[in-house]
Amino acid sequence: MEELLLQKPGEKIILLGNEAIVRGALEEGVNFVSTYPGTPASEIGNTFFKIAPKAGVYFEFSTNEKVALEAGIGASFSGLKTLVAMKNFGLNVALDALFPFVYTGSKGPTVIIVADDPSCHSSAQSEENSRFIVEAAHIPVLEPADPQECKDFVKLGFQISERFNIPVIIRTTTRVAHQKMPVILGEIKTSKDKTQKGEFVKDVKRFVTLPPRVLEMKKELLDKIEKIREFSESLLKSAPTNQKIGIITSGISYLYVMEALGELNIDLPVLKLDFFYPLAEKKIKNFIKKLKRILVVEELEPYLEKEVARLAKEANCNLEIIGKELLPATGELRPEIVTQALAKFANKKLNIQYHPKLNIPVPKRSPQLCPGCPYWFVVSAIKKAVDVNKVIFGGEIGCYMLFGNSPVNLQDYLSCMGSSVGIAHGIKKATGQKLITFVGDSSFFHAGIPALINAVNNRSNPLVIILDNQTTAMTGHQPHPGAPVTPNGIKIENIVQACGVKNLKVIDPINQEEFVKTIKEFLEKPEVSVIISRRPCKFVVKK
Amino acid sequence: MVISGVGGQGLITLLQIIAQAAADEGYEVRTSELHGLSQRGGSVEVHIRFGKKIYSPIVSSAQANLILGLEMQEALKASYYAGSKTDFLINQFIQIIPLVKNLNEKEISDSLKKISKNINIIPADKICQEKLGNSVVAGIYLISWATFRKLIPIRPVAILNAIKKIIPEKYLELNVKAFELARD
Repeated sequence: MEELLLQKPGEKIILLGNEAIVRGALEEGVNFVSTYPGTPASEIGNTFFKIAPKAGVYFEFSTNEKVALEAGIGASFSGLKTLVAMKNFGLNVALDALFPFVYTGSKGPTVIIVADDPSCHSSAQSEENSRFIVEAAHIPVLEPADPQECKDFVKLGFQISERFNIPVIIRTTTRVAHQKMPVILGEIKTSKDKTQKGEFVKDVKRFVTLPPRVLEMKKELLDKIEKIREFSESLLKSAPTNQKIGIITSGISYLYVMEALGELNIDLPVLKLDFFYPLAEKKIKNFIKKLKRILVVEELEPYLEKEVARLAKEANCNLEIIGKELLPATGELRPEIVTQALAKFANKKLNIQYHPKLNIPVPKRSPQLCPGCPYWFVVSAIKKAVDVNKVIFGGEIGCYMLFGNSPVNLQDYLSCMGSSVGIAHGIKKATGQKLITFVGDSSFFHAGIPALINAVNNRSNPLVIILDNQTTAMTGHQPHPGAPVTPNGIKIENIVQACGVKNLKVIDPINQEEFVKTIKEFLEKPEVSVIISRRPCKFVVKK
Repeated sequence: MVISGVGGQGLITLLQIIAQAAADEGYEVRTSELHGLSQRGGSVEVHIRFGKKIYSPIVSSAQANLILGLEMQEALKASYYAGSKTDFLINQFIQIIPLVKNLNEKEISDSLKKISKNINIIPADKICQEKLGNSVVAGIYLISWATFRKLIPIRPVAILNAIKKIIPEKYLELNVKAFELARD
């Protein structure tokens, strides 16, 4: 980790995509970094958490992604070079702050990392494709393919942001963020051991989105995007136009395309886009002008394919555009998927016999709560206290979403961060059935508090069990506002009380008798009840 | 190559060692790993690719040169990446999956033999436990075994140097011993 701070320009070190992002930010002289952990973006925060003091960077784990972005916006308005990192679902949380920020623009250059997770390797909820953001928010998006590009694009992102006063998103995916390769180092520009102070200079016209100014801002933004499009045109390396068929792609898909071309031993022109938005439309039109057929290789939804179709209407209306006919819209791409698609597209015989899928029955090894996890005691108490068939169990994002796996099987719905309490309230209002809902300590701070207040205010009576293991365990044990490592006087029980919850107990779940008794008692209450189950994650105790 | 196993077996450290050694030997290297929930005792699978020119960080189906299985059932799962020419190097160790019918050693090796002739099942856990008092270095023993027998086309000295670079000082001696143990 320390080697990320090596001042050895020109040297190569093996970096994870997320570490390369950190390095790129350091080389650009980043001053202010905020994040809420979420895989596959977690290592960005973890790395800054360790090196920030030495690197002269201010770093914080924020309470949620919206707050992280807002902190970043404040830093940017004050002139600091700012990086904010989150996973795709975090972007959803941060959206409310993002839209106006694109309107006002950044002052200190600002890069936002958004990590998607095709195939949901470490995500529940949905297989989200964050590319939707470009149409909605008009924010430039760059898509790196590997760690070297992670570093280069973060730097480019800061440069674009500096030049055009606009935040820039770097969109990674799991196979980019968790890819390793030797990366060429540049010079680190952060001032060591000293964090930079900014200055907020009043500029109402720039930072206040009050109408009618907000509409002017939108117009300025759209003009800005056209200027950035020119810039994106100037950066895009043209592909040869002397063949009848070609490929257009970006990000990790580009690597699979190149692999497939080698595997099939064919040479086709490939237009690799670094900018997903704004697209270099002139260059794309020029590329497709003489083609008969084009294959668009992209993961998940056909955003790029649709854009190519739109541009083809003007540039080459006879162009046959092939994308999702040959490539899946669900699940990540893999080299063999792209090779097979490319073989069909190019009418090339494929001599390799791929396995359709593993046809040998091997028992599935689901992830489990760790041996010694304090949550086991909660599970045990619940199974002693109630007939699990007669109670609804609300799930949440955290280690305890493993309650959905055998042998625990205590999860009847699972949605986004903070939602278990919000949905519990709705079910209680709609049915009156008995319900126990789980929310983790970090999730409670993240988005659970408004839902708890809502349940109290609108008078429903779920039993909420706050699983307080004193850390953000699932993403790698990051601290949160109520964790003992961040002594700040914030206590979950005080917040719960302040929300107006009368039935409240803090219990160490190894006290099974008390836990069982309290569950039984609280399930009969006409108001919201909360049990804070407090026992640290065993990995936190060790640390 | 693909390394498969279960969370906690140190797959990412093995990936780092091989990637570093391959890079030091002048190859292009790309790897892929997964973090997060997959580590909670679930299946883990990491990919390492090195050579003159490498694009994809993940191995294609049926195209692996080597599958290193740190657990036998996981080795079988990774056979998605195996073709008839793939070498298997497998730790003779089964971590039982609770509440379901597990496969036994014979069932696993019979299935594997239908895929490839090159199946090496080595009691690395047992050897490391007996000789070094700790089976945690079974993975190091196996990559050493693979290197000395040219299943990994990297010079053993490069692997040893990478071990020295990557393993923290206080565990280094144990790891070097495990490496040396597989020499012959």
